Amino acid sequence: MSQVKENLIYSKEHEWVQVLDDDTVRIGISDFAQDQLGEIVFLELPEVDSEVEAHTSIGSVESVKAVSDLYCPVSGVVTKVNELLVDSPEVINDDPFGEGWMFEVKLSNLDELKELLSADQYKEFIEGE
Amino acid sequence: MIKQKEKALIFEMSRPGRAAYDLPDCDVPETKLEELIPSHLIRQTPAELPEVSELDLMRHYTELSNRNHGIDSGFYPLGSCTMKYNPKINEDVARYPGFAKIHPYQSEETVQGALEVLYNLQTELAEITGMDEVTLQPAAGAQGEWSALMMIRAYHESRGENRTKVIVPDSAHGTNPASAAVAGLDTITIPSDEHGLVDVEELKKAVGPDTAALMLTNPNTLGLFEEHIVEIAKVVHEAGGLLYYDGANANAILGITRPGDMGFDVVHLNLHKTFTGPHGGGGPGAGPVGVKKILAPFLPRPQVVKVGDHFKLNHDIPQSIGRVKAFFGNFGILLRAFVYIRSNGPDGLLKVSQDAVLNANYMMRKLQPYFDLPYDRVCKHEFVLSGRRQKKLGVRTLDIAKRLLDFGFHPPTIYFPLIVEECMMIEPTETESKETLDAFINTMIQIAKEAEESPEIVLEAPHDTVVSRLDEVSAARKPILRYTPNHEASANPSNKETVKA
Repeated sequence: MSQVKENLIYSKEHEWVQVLDDDTVRIGISDFAQDQLGEIVFLELPEVDSEVEAHTSIGSVESVKAVSDLYCPVSGVVTKVNELLVDSPEVINDDPFGEGWMFEVKLSNLDELKELLSADQYKEFIEGE
Repeated sequence: MIKQKEKALIFEMSRPGRAAYDLPDCDVPETKLEELIPSHLIRQTPAELPEVSELDLMRHYTELSNRNHGIDSGFYPLGSCTMKYNPKINEDVARYPGFAKIHPYQSEETVQGALEVLYNLQTELAEITGMDEVTLQPAAGAQGEWSALMMIRAYHESRGENRTKVIVPDSAHGTNPASAAVAGLDTITIPSDEHGLVDVEELKKAVGPDTAALMLTNPNTLGLFEEHIVEIAKVVHEAGGLLYYDGANANAILGITRPGDMGFDVVHLNLHKTFTGPHGGGGPGAGPVGVKKILAPFLPRPQVVKVGDHFKLNHDIPQSIGRVKAFFGNFGILLRAFVYIRSNGPDGLLKVSQDAVLNANYMMRKLQPYFDLPYDRVCKHEFVLSGRRQKKLGVRTLDIAKRLLDFGFHPPTIYFPLIVEECMMIEPTETESKETLDAFINTMIQIAKEAEESPEIVLEAPHDTVVSRLDEVSAARKPILRYTPNHEASANPSNKETVKA
């Protein structure tokens, strides 16, 4: 059974969002997502300072099984990406909610957070998958 | 045959001075290399070419070839790839000196026979697909897709319209969005409905004044016929977009229906799939593109045309997107497809698709009790199963695929289409006997039972192959792309592992 971390909010595309301060969030993919993908071998992340739009593809995750789009659950500007993942994408498999975080975004529309799922809602969502 | 577990590389078999072939003495005056090539371009160290005897060379490559799995050695139900038998009459005709020994730089008058074959193939593929004209140039399916999208782009631009969005369903072949990106267009993915078909309401929401085209495979990658195709075509056309047919699954429709009649404007075919070009080793392929009249002005040039009794290459296509392949595509593969079409005839091609569909449905119903069938409908030439029942027992689809190798079967396509969990996409083709189909069915049933009763057999598979599980993760994360000779490796210990590659 995949782990769902409390105190995070989730998207239906299996990203998690952690609110860092008033308008900055950290984003990664859930334990369920990394388990479905299998061992991750390559990651294409957005560039720092690039603008991202909610629910659009902003990169890709390549595993031994498939290449999947990486969706951004929120709109804003990318402020930081996790450089560790460039050479060690396996960290996403090992620690998806911690060391495996992917990027941080300064939000342009705080209301978008309200559309995301709570940990309990996400748990229910993946049980139905 | 005893198979060695560890196989030496041809470089490791090299012994100084050993040769497979002696060239006769040179009977023309020798010119020094330095007089022909500037000194800074001449390599300073000898090339490390392997030096082996003819017999060792022969054994080396024969042994490697015996490790291969091809359609001539076993069942190969790789979904969407149509791994059918390639009739040997194709090979006979391809070896006729009039075809095998001509050169693309010969004058048109001296290659009339070859041009006639190409002209007739253009005409016959147009008939089979319901299109007006066909280009034979593209060398593979993906290149056909790209050529077609470039024509679609040129068409919209010629009308002064800025249309840049290509719509694909989420069951599409990965090449569709990739080709769109390479053609400078953006992709919009729309979800399938609960029956695994295009969701027409979602399509209506996605089309607009920026729609360049919808790319559709029919039957789709779930093996299901898009039964709303007429309505789909109407929605796309009314928005001003064009309809693109991905012909990867054309083995299901020969003589039954035609993309042109369904409303498609442009289609690519994979001759190496449906029309028995040998494939599986990465080529050569052939991906001809058929178009309706509105796209004909943009066809790649040259086209083969008939003037009186003569066949000519027509370069005079002013709005052409240009040449997409050197010379005239992969002629040998085009020729094989022509032989296949002519040896079957219209009735034979119809039977091909009928039997392909029958075989797939037979297999689907026989396997249905043992695996999850996510879309329980009559399928076309292929079908998808889900291994989610086995996954709950700890056995993944990858493990099932590996276990099949122990029985001499090539596994089906796995983990595609992406919308089915633990997916297995099975395409038996029409060329297999009932006995072969049954042997595969029985093996799949046995593996399903093993997953319940003794999963470790499946998890540790394959047991009987030359090598067992390959380290796919390291191969992807840290690929070793170049052989490093021993002496270089010992001079640089960090490279040492590459010697064992």
